[in-house]
Amino acid sequence: MSQYKLVHCNINGRDVEKMVDVRASLTDMLRNDFRLLSVKKGCEVGECGACNVLIDGEAFNACIYLAVWAEGKHIRTLEGLTGPNGELSDIQQAFLDETAVQCGFCTPGFIMTAVEILETGKLYTDDELRKLLSGHLCRCTGYENILRAVKKTMYRRLGKQIDF
Amino acid sequence: MSKLGISEPRIDGYDKVTGRTKYYEDRVPPDALYVRIKHAERAHAIVRAIDSTKAEAIPGVVKVLSCFDVPDWPFPTAGHPWSMDPGHQDVADRQLLNRHVRYWGDDIAVVIAETELAAVQGVRALEVEYEEMPFVLDAQKAMEPGAPQIHERFPSNILKHTSYRKGDYQSAIQTPGLVKVEGWYETPTVQHCHIENHGCFAYMENGRITVVSSTQIPHIVRRIVGQALGRPWADIQIIKPYIGGGFGNKQDALYEPLCAWCCTQVGGRPVRIDCAREETFVSNRVRHAIRFHIVTWLRPNATIAARKVELWSNQGAYASHGHSIAAKAVNSFPQHYPCDNMEGDAWTVYTNRPAAGAMRGYGMPQASFADESNIDDCAAAMGMDPMEFRQLNIMPQGFHDSFSGNTNYYDSYRECMAKGAALIDYARKREEYSHQSGNLRRGIGVATFWYNTAVYPISLETSSNRMLLNLDGTVTMQCGETEIGQGADTAFAQMAAEALGLASYRDVHVVSCQDTDITPTGLGAYASRQTYVAGFSIRQTAELLKEKILNYAQSLTRQSPACMDIVDGVIVRKTDGSALMGLQELAMTAQYNPVHSEHLTAESSYTIRNNAYSFGCSFAEVEVDLALCKAQVIRMVNVHDCGSLINPALAEAQVHGGMSMAIGFGLSEQLLFDEKTGRPLNNNLLDYKLSTCMDHPNLEASFIENPEPSSPYGTKALGEPPACSGAPAIRNAILQATGVAIDQLPLNPHRLFAEFTKAGLIHDS
Repeated sequence: MSQYKLVHCNINGRDVEKMVDVRASLTDMLRNDFRLLSVKKGCEVGECGACNVLIDGEAFNACIYLAVWAEGKHIRTLEGLTGPNGELSDIQQAFLDETAVQCGFCTPGFIMTAVEILETGKLYTDDELRKLLSGHLCRCTGYENILRAVKKTMYRRLGKQIDF
Repeated sequence: MSKLGISEPRIDGYDKVTGRTKYYEDRVPPDALYVRIKHAERAHAIVRAIDSTKAEAIPGVVKVLSCFDVPDWPFPTAGHPWSMDPGHQDVADRQLLNRHVRYWGDDIAVVIAETELAAVQGVRALEVEYEEMPFVLDAQKAMEPGAPQIHERFPSNILKHTSYRKGDYQSAIQTPGLVKVEGWYETPTVQHCHIENHGCFAYMENGRITVVSSTQIPHIVRRIVGQALGRPWADIQIIKPYIGGGFGNKQDALYEPLCAWCCTQVGGRPVRIDCAREETFVSNRVRHAIRFHIVTWLRPNATIAARKVELWSNQGAYASHGHSIAAKAVNSFPQHYPCDNMEGDAWTVYTNRPAAGAMRGYGMPQASFADESNIDDCAAAMGMDPMEFRQLNIMPQGFHDSFSGNTNYYDSYRECMAKGAALIDYARKREEYSHQSGNLRRGIGVATFWYNTAVYPISLETSSNRMLLNLDGTVTMQCGETEIGQGADTAFAQMAAEALGLASYRDVHVVSCQDTDITPTGLGAYASRQTYVAGFSIRQTAELLKEKILNYAQSLTRQSPACMDIVDGVIVRKTDGSALMGLQELAMTAQYNPVHSEHLTAESSYTIRNNAYSFGCSFAEVEVDLALCKAQVIRMVNVHDCGSLINPALAEAQVHGGMSMAIGFGLSEQLLFDEKTGRPLNNNLLDYKLSTCMDHPNLEASFIENPEPSSPYGTKALGEPPACSGAPAIRNAILQATGVAIDQLPLNPHRLFAEFTKAGLIHDS
């Protein structure tokens, strides 16, 4: 087997192809080949969630997803969430408004899982939200304001009153 | 309108929610060589030889360097300011790579390679010959006769012992009728677990070495790199980009010296060191595990007649911050619950564990656990409500500490407890939970702490600041104090806007990333000092700049500077409040005046000779499942008196993070070691048990804002305090729920099972 393989995929709405080392992780490919630096490295073994991206709408730790598996996939990173003129999406704005950001290192991963949660269009309870967000570690915030940002955005998107 | 006390959005927030913020790894040059470290796989040994033949044969490996190649002198690593007194300088006890292996994970060699893979393979291919030695993991055992000697200069492995004597403890305890409450309390080794691991890269330019590092303390690291390499300090440039958390681990020179040295060994080519999570846990720094022995003697009226505190702090293999942590812990007792007769002793002891250094709270989470557990036991012994007992004995208003010069100006403790008790409905719940049976039991507990702001008078406290008036009337500001996630830059911008009279904190452009070639000297993020100490230099520099602006304005307006002020970015005449000139017009005129051109700037340093008490408390409500031996925090409230808040939302967020750390310290976190080999067992985020958001209740933060009179902005410590009192509050809540006083952290199911079995609450059938 060749050590390199050509991968075709769609990243943040753009069709791309890249020759990748078959041993490379998706994190390596996104950071090194596409300079998508929002994909952070906190453990590289799928424990912390900092490298989380959406693959066909589903959240994955890119560090334990091989780059070659991206063949034919639609991948979204935090860079893809920001509008062409730098406009923030509602969930990014909510992270700002709720002071859900401190050092910012876990933020991209958290926001992408939040996107996955919000795109289900479901109304989750606090306990369910906590479980859905539990794949991400954060040492700065105690998760309090992150949970609040996701919850408020969920309510807003569903046109419901927020019961805080 | 005041710019203070307002929850302004963070100035770095947009970049952080769009993923644009650059951390060190986002700035590594693509041609940087990878340095990977060979860590010793023995707890205590001498490296006899390292065979690098196989490693060097791996394609891509550039160079192998080992403990036999490094400069033959030791250096200190603690992130303390340089002391002009040689007796107060940090202990220099490690080399860049060490032949004498003192813990499992010690650095003994590096492989420098063109690719990460080659570097990792190179490290694996190194063949090390060790001469093994006996090792010791426990601090008190390390002091015993015949224990393995870890550093030649420190007999019985005692890095330092300090003590105090107040009144006459031995006589006082002879008084008839005293009640004795004695306990042993123990806290585990835990780690900071910032989500960004430490890493750095180095390169040479024009004969000087630049290191870009994930650090809290760029100016101090410059000095340490200079010491380690034997080069003049000005030969070194440290650049601190945004960092993904620090919590004290990065208040140490970690791998900057090694990275800089490796750079010099490959002709100044760029090299990078990136710690893996497993390395961060073991080969960076950890929190000191401390064992306390406390004896408290109570009078029949429930006041404290005499108290003795002894503690043994597990330093691990290298001194790092050393005895400072134990000293801070032991010295907290006489001020927390003042009594006339006290004895305190603290030993910091080398062991064959990872080096312990600074971690959020710096000895106070440990001290608070021991102190507040013992105090709850005292209350129980006297049949008193724990809060009532504290109100009777805790530091009174007006208390003055002659060493730090601190005064308890308000009755902060009692105010904080009263507010917390009201928020969590303490009295009613305490009563409700006083008689329970069945498997699920609830309890409510309280714990308090105090904390110093900054490090005066132990170390130098200085802050420098530079402000430049821009041509658009905004101000660019450089601070030596570092943004590490807490929101410092935003608070500094608010403080500067207030002092200068600008329209918005957005008119202050904080140069966030320190560069020791450019940034005025500051000491960095530690000791919960920055908002306090930067306040002095920001205020002073702003006044200097304002004076220059108004003096220049005099030549344009013919008004006396004494009769002018700056309000919302406009120079106004004080007598009638009329607008004379905008700052933009003034700046442009000053810069491009063909007769008298001037770039209006100001720079100053402020030496702070103050400290300030910060106070607070935690209330925890827990539910204990006896059968599962599981304690769950169902509500938690922290109340802090950290003076006036500059940015309430950021302050609240800071408290949440500290409470989370305290919950982890209380319930789940501990770094474990194999007793047979000294090998760390769970140095990864899966097995270490860091809290996720499923492990928390909603975190409730509240404040008592008593303005601190010694601060120009009325502020005092908040960074570390939220991590101090949570764990003992949980312990005390479990005590109420079950009647079982558990004196060793973490309060995880393993420990609860043992303690509940011993107490007869459950039976191993």
